[in-house]
Formats: sequence, C-alpha cells, structure tokens
Amino acid sequence: MTPEEICQKLQSAGIEVTYHDTKPDPFLLCTLQSYKQAALTLRDDPDLAFQSLMSLTGLEWPDYFEVASQLISYQKEHRVTIKVRCGKDDPSVPTLSDVWTIAEWHEREAYDLVGMTFAGHQDLRRILLPEDWEGHPLRKDYSPQERWHDISLTSEPPKTTHE
Amino acid sequence: MSIIEGRFEPNIIITSVDALFNWSRSRSLWPITFGLACCAIEMMATAASRFDQDRLGIFPRPTPRQADCMIVSGTVTAKMGERVRRLYLQMPEPKWVIAMGSCANSGGPYWQHGYHVVKGVDQIIPVDVYIPGCPPRPEALLDGFLKLREKIEQCTIAKKTG
Repeated sequence: MTPEEICQKLQSAGIEVTYHDTKPDPFLLCTLQSYKQAALTLRDDPDLAFQSLMSLTGLEWPDYFEVASQLISYQKEHRVTIKVRCGKDDPSVPTLSDVWTIAEWHEREAYDLVGMTFAGHQDLRRILLPEDWEGHPLRKDYSPQERWHDISLTSEPPKTTHE
Repeated sequence: MSIIEGRFEPNIIITSVDALFNWSRSRSLWPITFGLACCAIEMMATAASRFDQDRLGIFPRPTPRQADCMIVSGTVTAKMGERVRRLYLQMPEPKWVIAMGSCANSGGPYWQHGYHVVKGVDQIIPVDVYIPGCPPRPEALLDGFLKLREKIEQCTIAKKTG
C-alpha cells in the first residue's frame, strides 16, 4: 500500500490523521490524541501489519517539537512515516514503547539529545550522555558546557602539566 | 626502580642494566587491547597477519595489569575519558601512551563543535608518541611504535622514565 492508501485506511477507522505529500517521502501527521491509537492500528490491522519500527527521531522546529517514526512491514512490503508534534511549553508526547518495544531506547535517545519527554515511558533516562550532563545538545539554544567532572572540554591547552 | 631512583650517577653497573632493561622493554611492548573508534580498525589491521605487529614483539594483552603501553585509538568522549584514565592508572610502571589519530591528538574534526569530545587525550593522561592521520595507516602505527622504541632506549633506571 502507498502512504496515501494507508492514511485513508486509518481515516476510515476513525483515526484523526492527515496526509502530507512532501518530497521525496510523504508522511502521516497524527495529533497527540490519535497518536497511540494510530500506532496500534498500524501494527495490528492485518492489511497494514507494521511489525517493525525502524527509527524514531526527535526534532526541534522553531515553533514545536516533532517525533518522526519510520515503520516497515516486511510481510506487506510497504513502509510509512508517521509524525506527531507537541508545543514547546509542554514538550511531551505519548510513548510508543508499549507498541514497539524498541521505541524504548529510541525515545531515551530523543529525550537525551532533544529533551522532549514521553508520557508512559517506563525508564526515561539518558542513554548516551552521562546521567549528570547538563542540557540537551541538539536544542537550538544549547550552549556546550566547558567541563565535565574534572575533564576539560574546551579547545584550550591543558592547564596542568604532567610529569 | 623507585628504590635506587636518583641515588646513583651513571656507572658501569647502571648503564649495563639499563641496556638490558631497555632492550627487553622496547622489544616486548605489550599494549592493552582497547579501541575507541575507527582508528581501532587500523590498529586491528596492524595486529593481523598482513602487517603483523607481533614480529616486533608487540602483542595485545587483555588486562591493563599486564600492559606496558596504551594505544588511544579514536575519539575520546568525556564519558570514555574517565574510563581511559582509570585503565591508565591500573597499568604498572613503566608505562607509555600512544595517541593514534587526529581525535586522540587534538579532538580532530570535533575540535570546534564536539560538545562531548575531549580535545586531545593529553588533557587526561600523558602522551609519549602522537601519530597523525584520520585514521593513520598501519605503517604509521608501526612507525609510532618504532619511535616509542627509540624513546624507551633513552630511559635509565637511575632516573624517572622519559
């Protein structure tokens, strides 16, 4: 099925989702309310059968945060991108980790680097950076920290001399 | 080493023992098996049959307690930097460090915008030989080992290494 047909299929099931015909890859935009239901339908409907979540990415746009998920069905040999947006004042989207288990780590990465939270996630810790890191590096307003513990991260020459 | 350190001028005994020690140390450099990034692939190639670093007596050891030198082969992030330093401190004296590749030398391509990259492993541990390249070829790593050999041959047990 093409993404457009998949979108019509979801809409006929009563799920609020819009089709965006962007080049080269079109995507389906869900609302915060319809996001979880859309994911469950995409996974469980026998005509859609998206067993696999290939990637989940967090993005920051000027006015909102976005989560883009790429799904593939090896059984039906089709794929689709679904997105959901949340405001910057409340950067929280529902988790997909109870739909596709692998989303757990992807959502931890999005939390780590972009700083959005995932409601319902069981274990939302940093996954790449140290747990006591300050800030989220892929935010547009991020300013790098100069030290971590006793390790300098600036381009200055070392102040201490070794023997 | 520490007992006689600084107590003797170079004499016939010291220099003879130096020659023996330096010969044995420089001819059996055992690095700790430890790779950080793409440079580690070149390091593995150096250890494999085509370049065969074992013919120079360079043989990777699985634990820092048995190692003489450390090849920092790749990008040192802050999180990894603590582990690198801990491994270094676990190695017995005398010990040497080779910084392999641009990242270990100076941060490499992460010099300006690498928010999490240590700008050179010499900010964490002392480095004896720097090998440029991104990544350096196995020949360059072998050349680094030969440079380190020359450095070890200048050591004397009557003083601290270096």
